[in-house]
Amino acid sequence: MNYLDKLESKSIYIIREAYAQFRKVAMLWSIGKDSTTLLWLTRKAFFGKIPFPVMHIDTTYKFKEIYEFRDKYTKKWALDLIVAKNENAISKGVCPEKGKFKCCNELKTNALKIAIEKHKFRALYLAIRRDEHGIRAKERIFSPRDECFEWDYKNQPPELWDQYKTKIAQEEHIRVHPLLGWREIDIWEYIKREKIPAVSLYFAKENKRYRSIGCETCCSPIESSADTMEKIIEELKTSKISERSGRAQDKESAYMMQKLRSLGYM
Amino acid sequence: MIDSSNIKFVIVGHVDHGKSTLIGRLLYDTNSLPADKIEEIRKTSKDLGRETEFAYLLDHLEEERRQGITIDTTQVFFKTNKRHYVIIDAPGHVEFVKNMITGASQAEAAVLIIDVKEGVKEQTKRHAYILSLLGLNQVIVTLNKMDLRDFREERFNEVKKQVQEFLNSINVEPTFYIPICAIKGDNVVEKSKNMNWYKGPTFAESLDTLKNRESAEDKALIFPIQDIYKINDKRIAVGKVETGIIRKAQALKVLPSGQITKVRSIEKFQHNVNTGYAGESIGITTCDPVFLARGNVICEPENEPVLTDVFKANIFWMSKKHLRKAEKIVLKCATQETSCKVEEISKRINSSSLQVLEENSDSLKNLEIGEVRIKTKNPISIKKFSEVEALGRFTLVQDEDICAGGIITNYV
Repeated sequence: MNYLDKLESKSIYIIREAYAQFRKVAMLWSIGKDSTTLLWLTRKAFFGKIPFPVMHIDTTYKFKEIYEFRDKYTKKWALDLIVAKNENAISKGVCPEKGKFKCCNELKTNALKIAIEKHKFRALYLAIRRDEHGIRAKERIFSPRDECFEWDYKNQPPELWDQYKTKIAQEEHIRVHPLLGWREIDIWEYIKREKIPAVSLYFAKENKRYRSIGCETCCSPIESSADTMEKIIEELKTSKISERSGRAQDKESAYMMQKLRSLGYM
Repeated sequence: MIDSSNIKFVIVGHVDHGKSTLIGRLLYDTNSLPADKIEEIRKTSKDLGRETEFAYLLDHLEEERRQGITIDTTQVFFKTNKRHYVIIDAPGHVEFVKNMITGASQAEAAVLIIDVKEGVKEQTKRHAYILSLLGLNQVIVTLNKMDLRDFREERFNEVKKQVQEFLNSINVEPTFYIPICAIKGDNVVEKSKNMNWYKGPTFAESLDTLKNRESAEDKALIFPIQDIYKINDKRIAVGKVETGIIRKAQALKVLPSGQITKVRSIEKFQHNVNTGYAGESIGITTCDPVFLARGNVICEPENEPVLTDVFKANIFWMSKKHLRKAEKIVLKCATQETSCKVEEISKRINSSSLQVLEENSDSLKNLEIGEVRIKTKNPISIKKFSEVEALGRFTLVQDEDICAGGIITNYV
């Protein structure tokens, strides 16, 4: 097995493990490269038929390319898609201009809270990676959240070998992170090898491309001429800029990401 | 072109002996850091009124930075000219030993760091013992803060002897002892000009001698079943091949039932394959309609693990709630899960001093090691840890939490 085969096998093991333990699960699909890779791996784990819903947390501020991609592949891969919105906050006019922390917390974290309560999910798959952010690097593969959604990062459960925290109280849920050990470049190498479709925003137009995508309002493109997967991989081998440098929610203050995540942010 | 496969190593040692600083220095000196990350560290250090603190590259939690300690384990990527690495940082504080074990259980090799000013301390010993318990036998020792002892060879030799004596007593044989000053970079990536008496490799050079864990393909087949999926009228048993190779048409034995059948097909989505190798997540279908369920272990007839409900083990207890002899808890070994009880605690051992605290004990406390006999409710398939790791290691679950890790030392 080569390096990518090993990553793939390990992720599939984790995906199957969480389903075996909890059954009532869902996958978060932001339509970005990581969660689309996770979706691909999940299709492989279940031989093409994902036996649970795929959930898109829609802030309504996403790029139009994201919505088009979502609708196209939901149909093509016959996904059971849930679109989760915090309608109440949206109608009250919560938006990034009035405060990024509140906006992320309301339109992402609380939208997710509402959806979990409604559907009673016990576990959620998320495509976060350790190399994206120092706070995410502290995560477990199976990471519990209490009834208030809080991440008790000072008291995480032990995780030995392939044995994860699989017993939880009724009011808790588990965040499952099958891609935690992947690097950004591994994702692109795998996308290339498997011919996984990717949103066009990742590829350079007029010397600009997005390296990480989310809400149109809070993402900035990087200078780049990489307009193919091969060129993106080459660019990552030499880049000295971190992946999420264009993401506003990582920047506002040194611990904004920690505060968002401790309240249940992805 | 360097190989993109990597090796994972963990850095362990007593609190404040310089684990996070060593990693930070290594990343900085090998040019592994994005410019905006360095800028972020400079700014945060300044805001907290400190010199640029490399440990902040890993200590990302606000509490970690304010208190200058590592609370939880983390992993970072890094490469030399030779290959890629995953570095696992582990906290050195006694309160966070369970986080240290979490990190160390994922590693293939370990680096033990010791402050030459302080020498061997409580967590140095405990961490070294945990490495031996986990079967990590590739160990590099770095003796840090040489600058605080004027880079003197005598002090290096003194501490080295102290470390050696302890490691010998637990059968750990390090490949190198390296004198370093992590904060200034001496012998980390660059050879130190302050320690010309030292002729061995730098820390970065020593890493390139580490070897990946051997492939388990040559061993007898062990395929623990994770789940059963019904897909288009096929019943597919999925799981990860732990050791050996599984081939289409080969004979199989299912434990614990003892049923014998043959492999009808190996299933991988959109791939036509006839074999599954150790480490691979696959599915199989069988020729006969045998009953299969999660927790069954598939093997070759005549080459089977031991099916038993009692065995001897060493366990490391890591919960504030004591383990009481004969209390009902849950055991998880590969995909097998059964209730069990520790029916005998023949020795209760202090995990730092390794002193036997009590023989034939009735309980085990936080951070103690027990030499125990375990009785499971249902028979399970096991091997000694020294023979097949996947069936020789287990966790114990009390209430809802993993509270111990253990390795099987002998059959009864």
